[in-house]
Amino acid sequence: MMPDTTTLLGLCAAALVGLGLYGLIVHPQPLRKILAFNILGNGIFMICAVIARRGAGAGFGGDPVPQALLITAIVVAFAASALAVATLLRLHGETGDTSIAPEAPAGGKTGGH
Amino acid sequence: MIEALNLILVTMILGLAAWTIVVRDTFAATVGFLVYGLLLALAWVSLRAIDVALTEVAIGAGLTGALLIGAASRLKQVVTARGDEPGMLTRLMAGLVSAAVAGGLAACILALPEPAPTLAEAVAANLGATGVGNPITGVLMAFRALDTLLEATVLLFAVVGVWSLAPDRAWGGRAGPAHRSDPNGILAYLGRVLPPIGIVIAIYILWVGADDPGGKFQGATILAAMWTLVIMAGLVDVPPVSRTSLRLALVAGPAVFIALGAVGAAAGGAFLAWPAGLEKALIVVVEVALMPSLAVTLGLLLAGAPGRPA
Repeated sequence: MMPDTTTLLGLCAAALVGLGLYGLIVHPQPLRKILAFNILGNGIFMICAVIARRGAGAGFGGDPVPQALLITAIVVAFAASALAVATLLRLHGETGDTSIAPEAPAGGKTGGH
Repeated sequence: MIEALNLILVTMILGLAAWTIVVRDTFAATVGFLVYGLLLALAWVSLRAIDVALTEVAIGAGLTGALLIGAASRLKQVVTARGDEPGMLTRLMAGLVSAAVAGGLAACILALPEPAPTLAEAVAANLGATGVGNPITGVLMAFRALDTLLEATVLLFAVVGVWSLAPDRAWGGRAGPAHRSDPNGILAYLGRVLPPIGIVIAIYILWVGADDPGGKFQGATILAAMWTLVIMAGLVDVPPVSRTSLRLALVAGPAVFIALGAVGAAAGGAFLAWPAGLEKALIVVVEVALMPSLAVTLGLLLAGAPGRPA
């Protein structure tokens, strides 16, 4: 039996969280971690959208409260990514490297003014 | 039929997500992420969340994708050269942990309560009092207006955070490289032709947001995209972040929001409680004031930290 659309997308969301978490752990490069973190976040957003869809009623296709929170979440996630990328580019400008490994070259952890 | 289409959609989303995680080339991964974001928007449509789909296309895929692609191209020589890959054991453990988390979530999804708890009835019962017809806008601007105010504030703090990453020599300066393009080239042409159309579409999306899917965030993203296009075409330069007019533009929207919220407090209700009869008018004023500020904020977040003197 095929699961209905909402359940199917809910399972998809759970898988996205898993994929994002895996990428977050195994990737040594910070940019890839940011990317993986976005995928993890997308999974959580989609779970929220599934919950909203299940709460459909009163003529709405979904519960508008979690849907509105999702819009807020997507915008804030962009702001967080922008801050993370700016930090990464500064690290690169300071050390010429983007590694966050503990054995980073001397000066790599104390870059700043 | 719809089920089959959704199955294809889910397969493509998961396939692309997995590909962006495992592919070696970081630039390719960011491009994959952009395409994946667009497909994700179709999933939001499938979940009847049209407003969220619009936001996902504009911000989740568009702006985040542009941000990551820009960073990947600037870091290209470094990110492909490093060799500190994790060992087999780390990968295996990470895979097990991730699978366990995903499995746990999937079990929760399958065990969600029936009937699902919902606030849809409450929103429907009170939406008439706000004067807007789009329940999402009603929630964002009336029932949970404080969330929206805090969100605008978070964006502002993110800009402050990004600016504070400027090195000493570029303190208060301009973000990114100076863009120069062929004045008769296609980019300069698009930079002249598209912005008027984009501005009209942005205002339209803001305006219909009261009753139909749309709103200030989606409109602001289009404005930010138009601004970025004009900057990339070399027609105007990024303003130095120390410019007073730029800073005023950044805070104008949230300031109007807070001021009108205080009016609500003075008019006998609570902070952000819109006085009876004026709800729709005040919501429109706040949205119109917020959109340009949000557009400047998003554009500056995309531009990044100042890197050259003013």
